[in-house]
Amino acid sequence: MLYDVLIAPFLDMADSPVFFAEVVIVGLLTGVMYSLVALGFVLIFKASGVFNFAQGVMVLFAALTLVGLMEHGVPTWLALILTVVIMVVLAYGIEWFMLRRLVNQEGIILFMATIGLSFVLQGLGETMWGSNVKALDIGIPDASFEVSGILLNEFDLFAAASGAVLVAVLAVFFHYTRIGRALRAVADDHQAALSVGIPLKTIWVIVWAVAGMVGLVAGIMWGAKSGVQFSLSLIALKALPVLILGGFTSVPGAIVGGLIIGVGEKVAEIYWGPLFGGAIENWFAYVLALVFLLFRPQGLFGERIIERV
Amino acid sequence: MFYREAGQFKTSYAADQTVFPIVQDRWGVAAMVAIAFVGVPLVASEYMLQAVLIPFLIFALAAIGLNLLTGYCGQVSLGTGGFMMVGGYMTYKLTTTFPDVNILIVFVFAGLCAALVGFVFGLPSLRIKGFYLAVATLAAQFFLGWTFNKVGWFYNYNPSGTITAPPRELFGITITGPTASAEVRYLVVLCIVAVFAMMAKNLVRGRVGRSWMAIRDMDIAAEIIGIQPIRTKLMAFTISSFYCGVAGAMMVFLWLGSAETEAFDINQSFLVLFMVIIGGLGSILGSFLGAAFVIITPIILTNAPPMFGIDLPIDLQKHIEIMLFGSLIVFFLIVEPHGLARLWQIAKEKLRLWPFPY
Repeated sequence: MLYDVLIAPFLDMADSPVFFAEVVIVGLLTGVMYSLVALGFVLIFKASGVFNFAQGVMVLFAALTLVGLMEHGVPTWLALILTVVIMVVLAYGIEWFMLRRLVNQEGIILFMATIGLSFVLQGLGETMWGSNVKALDIGIPDASFEVSGILLNEFDLFAAASGAVLVAVLAVFFHYTRIGRALRAVADDHQAALSVGIPLKTIWVIVWAVAGMVGLVAGIMWGAKSGVQFSLSLIALKALPVLILGGFTSVPGAIVGGLIIGVGEKVAEIYWGPLFGGAIENWFAYVLALVFLLFRPQGLFGERIIERV
Repeated sequence: MFYREAGQFKTSYAADQTVFPIVQDRWGVAAMVAIAFVGVPLVASEYMLQAVLIPFLIFALAAIGLNLLTGYCGQVSLGTGGFMMVGGYMTYKLTTTFPDVNILIVFVFAGLCAALVGFVFGLPSLRIKGFYLAVATLAAQFFLGWTFNKVGWFYNYNPSGTITAPPRELFGITITGPTASAEVRYLVVLCIVAVFAMMAKNLVRGRVGRSWMAIRDMDIAAEIIGIQPIRTKLMAFTISSFYCGVAGAMMVFLWLGSAETEAFDINQSFLVLFMVIIGGLGSILGSFLGAAFVIITPIILTNAPPMFGIDLPIDLQKHIEIMLFGSLIVFFLIVEPHGLARLWQIAKEKLRLWPFPY
């Protein structure tokens, strides 16, 4: 038994390095998807301290809106723009109806409010666009090719590339624009930011809108891969271990965390899964994150927790 | 006019330490209990008992369990569904293995199993705090769900993977299984919930509860004044899981009759957390109010449109229902973030002055 768990899987890996590399690459690409979802969480948590459980549903909502518009004959580029506009309006609505009325509440109250929000968004999206599975096709190539014996998929590479572009754009936005600086200031210290004249409410709208757009990108990727349906919102649950692994407040953490979870999950499922009867993917990420947290309670890149009485 | 404690003097320590210090409260609670035990079974219909009252009581118990942990000890847990699952499955396993043991004793043992599991999953709370802990407790939810799905031993290797409540008797009356009547099951649930609610009430106003609250308010300060965080937090996790386990056992045996792991999925955990938050963190009464709100609102939302003669397609109605439920939750959190229990407290304050302004 011990041999099966501790030694045999590694021998398997050494036996066929090409297969192992393939597993790792598939894991990395899944990890990119997780990172995209986790990124939305991090943005909002940094700027407003809200643990936004509705991020998963926002992904679903954005994808549903896009598909719904395209089904009504709107050309792809226009549908994209309209969806972005809707996400901005949505962010504005959330700020107006929810956030500004819950200022200064405890984290858990805000968290529960976002769960309520996720119900609302889910109901709204499905009322507007129906609840059957929809195919999303925006012309991303989906062919497989081989590089030195390793099978790769164009679609996954495209997803990874667009994820990288998105992160780069966000990094530039955060570092070199006025709004980006204001966002970082708010993330650092709400009160200090307020006192130098940064409009907190506007910042919240912006950050929720940005999170909505990140959600849209994630929604397009996941939707194109596995169809737009309710289960899309459940990837939020997959993004949570990514978050605690990477730290709630760190953008690089979300990305590295996503990659670690993606690879860990796939490798564990393929090499250790059969020993436990399979399907360990569902909880492996959580247990991995949990064990990790025991050694670093603030996550990989989280700010160091300093506590005073 | 009627609700006033003027003239009620306490002449002994025992009188000073009663659970309900005001005479009117005592009468009120006694009346409620009497109605619940005698009035309701006489009046309520089968549907009322099965669809509203039994789930209300069972979820109230689960909410009390989570409230002990989250409301009193300040440790947010999203693993409630998992702990309830342990209770349900262990009751099944124990009662099919030892069919002669009294079912109530089996419930307690299943609760103890859940407590043990809660203890194990509470261990990370010593290092991890806040939302990190909340997410970490999801590990319990998913791991337990997987375990009870995969390990056939827990459901006696039956091919469907479903656990079904076998008929069990108490004082010669069948209380579980398909032949048990709704009234009997209601009364059994009510007895268990009443006893455990009373225990919880006493727990939180004693030494244990106070040490929990100290940890909740500022754990480092609590540690400095001599409260051991390890013991206190783990005790909260253990006792909370015990309550959830018993609630899960009752859910399978006294309400649903049969269940799969899906019956205890993550939505269940969120639902119980909603009850705790909407009812009021750190209040036993709040757990009941929250459970009532969360159980009854969807039923009203489902039945309201036909009542007004509005005929909606089923799936559209379902979407609108979920939307309304979500908005109601957000609305409640905005209006009264301290929950229904706080509203009741305000009402009591008003009642004491009424009808005079001062």
